[in-house]
Amino acid sequence: MSTATTTPTVLIIGATSAIATATARCYAADRARFFLVARSPERLAAIRDDLLVRGATQVDTYALDLTDLDGHAAMLAAAKAALGRIDATLVAYGTLGNQQQSEASVEATLREWHTNATSTIALLTLLANELERQRGGTLAVISSVAGDRGRRSNYVYGAAKGALSIFLQGLRARLRKAGVRVVTIKPGMVDTPMTAHLRKGPLFASPERVGRDIYAAMRRGRAVVYTPGYWRLVMFVLRAIPEPIFIRLPL
Amino acid sequence: MLDPTVREYGSWGRYPRLRPRAVVPITWRDELPDLAALPGSVLPYGYGRSYGDSCLNEGGTLLDVSGLNRFIHFDDQTGVLRCEAGVRLDQILATFVPRGWFLPVTPGTKFVSVGGAIANDIHGKNHHVAGTFGRHVLRFELVRSTGERLICSPAEHADLFRATIGGLGLTGLITWAEIRLKPIANAFIDEEQIRFESLDEFLALSAESADRYEYTVAWVDCFVGGGRYVRGHFMRGNHDPSPERPKRLPDRTLRLAVPVDLPGIVLNTVTIRAFNTVYYHRQRAARVRKVIPYEPFFYPLDTIHAWNRMYGRRGFLQYQCVVPTDGDNAAIKEILDRIRRAGQGSFLTVFKTFGDQPSPGMLSFPRPGVTLALDFPLQGAATLRLLDDLDAVVRASGGALYPAKDARMSATTFRASFPRWQEFARYVDPHFSSSFWRRVTSEDGRSA
Repeated sequence: MSTATTTPTVLIIGATSAIATATARCYAADRARFFLVARSPERLAAIRDDLLVRGATQVDTYALDLTDLDGHAAMLAAAKAALGRIDATLVAYGTLGNQQQSEASVEATLREWHTNATSTIALLTLLANELERQRGGTLAVISSVAGDRGRRSNYVYGAAKGALSIFLQGLRARLRKAGVRVVTIKPGMVDTPMTAHLRKGPLFASPERVGRDIYAAMRRGRAVVYTPGYWRLVMFVLRAIPEPIFIRLPL
Repeated sequence: MLDPTVREYGSWGRYPRLRPRAVVPITWRDELPDLAALPGSVLPYGYGRSYGDSCLNEGGTLLDVSGLNRFIHFDDQTGVLRCEAGVRLDQILATFVPRGWFLPVTPGTKFVSVGGAIANDIHGKNHHVAGTFGRHVLRFELVRSTGERLICSPAEHADLFRATIGGLGLTGLITWAEIRLKPIANAFIDEEQIRFESLDEFLALSAESADRYEYTVAWVDCFVGGGRYVRGHFMRGNHDPSPERPKRLPDRTLRLAVPVDLPGIVLNTVTIRAFNTVYYHRQRAARVRKVIPYEPFFYPLDTIHAWNRMYGRRGFLQYQCVVPTDGDNAAIKEILDRIRRAGQGSFLTVFKTFGDQPSPGMLSFPRPGVTLALDFPLQGAATLRLLDDLDAVVRASGGALYPAKDARMSATTFRASFPRWQEFARYVDPHFSSSFWRRVTSEDGRSA
């Protein structure tokens, strides 16, 4: 049995996030070969060990600060060298900045924007061309329900994710002919280190649940995925509220 | 919508409700905060499956270790698994049962962390052959508030090893542990259920089954009275040995949930008696044998998410004690008599005979005898008075109460249950504490 033909190859960018880890674990059970990218080599090593125990066939890691745009091309070349054809790509990095800080500081706003929009869009430009050349594969990117409508409580983060969602929409149409499936992931509130400071309500989901949803969506190549699924309904209702009313809501 | 792994930082019995001042997530074992600099005392917190206040730290800091949930290494020759302390037992089962490995010891829920399993030195239906969880722990890393990181095992820092097993999280933060899994042929259990009509029959079944069955436990209706005291179902089982049966079970996520707090009135003496009667008669034959997947055998309640909400907002009290077995079992009989006379129902009463494998921890609960686990809807002072009365019987018999289930035992009862508590106290990290620990070491034993 040749592992190269039976096990998926998976590139995960922002691999040390809780959601990315949960998704990777699903692929590990399929004996996947991984190329993991994140900032911290120590964290990458911890994720690598975990995936190997869970059944991964091979795990390569690559330490890179993804806000450093100059590093993207070399990283992608290394991923291609390690994996060959890239069957599945998950782009999972991002920051949930402090809205009040952004309001008070242009610098903080632009930093949020650079991480969640500019750097991701830069990376996706390279990735899209690579996958187009390869003629196939799945490209899943974590956006957010926050990108569906601007709200006073997190519109800086929301605007960056909204830009990302629209970019992905266009990319999906462009790459369709090349056989590349672009999956926009819109998680709701997830109980992760990113949200550790927030009070947990009944709408919070675990990263495990969200990771399973992402894995299933990537396998099926769905276009836009809300996770957990009830967020599709929640956001449908939120989008339908007329603006004069919406701006008065404490959201 | 309800997700069993989203945290509320309470305890399973939902009594008492005590808030920490801060919760600090611990996600990477190489990036720990300065434990001595955190607000108040600190206590590791996993998934909140302890029933009372042993996992609570009012006014202090909880270290949420659910992010420490990675496997580190597995040796498929020896079955030795090294994993981080926040790994839940269900995560171990999901990965390793399909490969033919099982937990050496498992409690009645799989939603507990490895760190919690060590800190409470948990036991299961195989106690009479396998002893406690701590007996299958080879070593672990313990981080003290000084920043020291100690590898503890029976050979290295052996005293801290014995203090930490069953040590209720008070000796420091466990970051990872090595445990030995055991090989199984498939994911099924050969189970036999036997109806019994009296306490004597239960004891006889326990004795008769101990050699031939790895797992034994009994569900008990304790409203019977007379000379019989109890009736119930004795369940015993072994891992099915057939290599033909599958190791992998079909994926089943939680389907049932108790979505809201039921009004406290729903579980009262009448409904509990009715439940017990129906449950007792659900099995018509005196003996039933079947081969069942391991999940319903070990974790019947895990399929109903948040079953603790059945007891309403006031919560409930678990009462688990162990009393030595002797000639006439007077202590067990007196406990059962008092419960029946008080008219306070126990909905899910479980009996199990412990074996004589010594528990490794200074504060381990299991010891030879019969353990009784009962739960009581919290009905104010009457419930607390009844349990105080039961404590006196347990103390007089030389038995013990289980801290993981407790929310109200007195300092006197704690000290009688754990005669080595002062020796243990020397190993408690000066920056670690819990509401439970403050309660059972305070003079009146009641203030948190």
